[in-house]
Amino acid sequence: MNEPYRDRELVKTVTRKIHDVYPGDAVKIMEVCGTHTMAIAKYGLRSLLPDGLSLISGPGCPVCVTPSSIINAVLELAVLPNVTVATFGDMIRVPGSDKNLEQLKAEGADVRIVYSAYELIDMASSEKDREFVFVSVGFETTTPGIALAILEAEKRGIKNLFFIAANRLVIPALEALCISENTLIDGFLCPGHVSVIIGWDAYRPIADRFHVPCVVGGFEPVDILTAVYEIVRRVSKGEAGVANTYKRAVSEKGNARALEVMDRVFEPADAAWRGIGTIPKSGLKLRDEFAHLEALSHFRVHLIESPDPKGCRCGDVLKGVIIPPECALFGKRCTPENPVGPCMVSSEGSCAAYYRYPKSE
Amino acid sequence: MSIERVLLIHGGGGRMARRLIESIVSTFDNTALSRMEDASPIYIPEHEKKSAGDTAEQQPRIVMTTDSFVVTPLFFPGGDIGKLSVCGTVNDLATAGAVPAALSVGLIIEEGFPVRDLERVLTSMKETADSVSVPLITGDTKVVEKGRGDGVYISTAGVGVVRPGIELSPARIEEGDTVLINGSIGNHEASILSARNELSLGAKIESDCAPLGDLMQTVLEAAPEAKCARDPTRGGVTAVLCELAESAGCTITLDEEAIPVNEDVQGLCDILGLDPLQMANEGKMIVIVPGRMAQIVLEAMKTLDVGRNSVKIGEVQKGPGRLVMKTPYGTSRIITMPVGNQLPRIC
Repeated sequence: MNEPYRDRELVKTVTRKIHDVYPGDAVKIMEVCGTHTMAIAKYGLRSLLPDGLSLISGPGCPVCVTPSSIINAVLELAVLPNVTVATFGDMIRVPGSDKNLEQLKAEGADVRIVYSAYELIDMASSEKDREFVFVSVGFETTTPGIALAILEAEKRGIKNLFFIAANRLVIPALEALCISENTLIDGFLCPGHVSVIIGWDAYRPIADRFHVPCVVGGFEPVDILTAVYEIVRRVSKGEAGVANTYKRAVSEKGNARALEVMDRVFEPADAAWRGIGTIPKSGLKLRDEFAHLEALSHFRVHLIESPDPKGCRCGDVLKGVIIPPECALFGKRCTPENPVGPCMVSSEGSCAAYYRYPKSE
Repeated sequence: MSIERVLLIHGGGGRMARRLIESIVSTFDNTALSRMEDASPIYIPEHEKKSAGDTAEQQPRIVMTTDSFVVTPLFFPGGDIGKLSVCGTVNDLATAGAVPAALSVGLIIEEGFPVRDLERVLTSMKETADSVSVPLITGDTKVVEKGRGDGVYISTAGVGVVRPGIELSPARIEEGDTVLINGSIGNHEASILSARNELSLGAKIESDCAPLGDLMQTVLEAAPEAKCARDPTRGGVTAVLCELAESAGCTITLDEEAIPVNEDVQGLCDILGLDPLQMANEGKMIVIVPGRMAQIVLEAMKTLDVGRNSVKIGEVQKGPGRLVMKTPYGTSRIITMPVGNQLPRIC
């Protein structure tokens, strides 16, 4: 199904068109999503673009933006007796201030990797003597599935399943980046998967208020380049606005059912982002009706912010202030084997993408 | 050892796994083991050799290998732990160019394991061993308490014989060599992943699990001067070729378009955010031959069922011991050794 979007001739054509409309001045495009970062590196797309056109990674890796306070709280929960912590794969290697989940697991903690929050429902109902905590991270792409699992768990009257709601919202983050003074972005390549849920119209307030083009793109080479073309074309003409180049998946208003389920379970709340700080209404918390499922309050664990590891510049990478190789730790003290910061851990992390696909000479 | 505790990532087939293996190998500190080959030669003392005049090159060599199998689930589309345990060892022998002569088996069975399942596993072992005419000549059985095993673990060892004149080794890889593979990659791991997680994604993906001894003999008949062979199991094609490029001190350039990946496997990888190049295979052999022999070897491989889809996927060039991927878009990227297991993406 993705074949036409990997077509070599189409890639050539779109690349030529980008060069045609490129205005010649420096143009900085932020790809918000970690999957975009990985795809750009994997297909070597940077080397096809004009020299002054840079693609920088944004805060679109859910694992990377999760603040150390939450990681530390998760580690605290994992060592409690009869408590199982479950989460998505990437989370288990994120370093807390002392250890990570993978190490705690080897030391005997019950840490389980799941693909979906739904798996927890079966676990919790068959192992009634344990308490389960799902570390709920992710953007609008993963949140509706988690919300559905919460509704299902409530319906089945499951009493031993709790959640750490660390989900984040994309639009408030983009807004914060636009307001921030040291991030100058000429255009956003908006995340395809998130947009399936929120719809392309959701970017209109950002595009209008900050006069920056927002273009939704898919993840194949032709998709990415087409979106880049559309951004560069708009930049060269001084136009902003929203465009959708991922029409086969993204609609104007998104997935109403998913948005509704999310809204039933969660409400927006101020939330901390690693490296960026607290962004108003950028996170989600369980609504009062579901507040008894919140793991932090159930286990009385407090969020304690720990400073980022010395020298780690994940925050600047997430804001697009620097690219990963500009961090002094990159590839030296910080590698995928011994990650210092989360951007080196996650398969969606910018540092991991730059490390895994070094620029070939 | 440089590590404090063994983590799951140390079993992933990437750089972390290599670190653990190197620590183990250094404990024993002997030449055969230190070569870190999939199968090692057995040195027979000079005075034991029958015809005293023979030089080392004229003597057939005996090689030995061992492998352990801990797969979940035990039965999966295209195979089971029994078939796997024979194929894995036969294939390790094949990487040395050896014809398998005998196998041993160790069974670690968990208390309560249904005998019906055990019989199924054993029958499958027998059928696979029979299909390549290798006898299973010795074995051992242990039973562990419930909860201390995962149904059944199998460990096999194999002894094989290498014809005189055959010398497969990464040290022989040089500029101008060609990299061949006998078909699509990632099928085994994709099959296990979908069976393990009951991911209902339409068509069942079958493991490629197959013995490759005959394939390697066919390769060596067509080109006795073949340079090196490896079965890309854990860590996949990436781990094998990164290691070979590094130890040969040459750059291996792969052609992304030429690498066969089944549509179902690619689909599963796209959904989970995995790279088929890093996924385990159990019926694939990467063969490196001199460029001028590539076509002849390819034709020979294609005459066998397990080699029907053989293709050329890359070339060896002068360079700093790297693995480079040429994309269809005229760009290229360096591929680095995987660290450990791949993790599915979140978004």
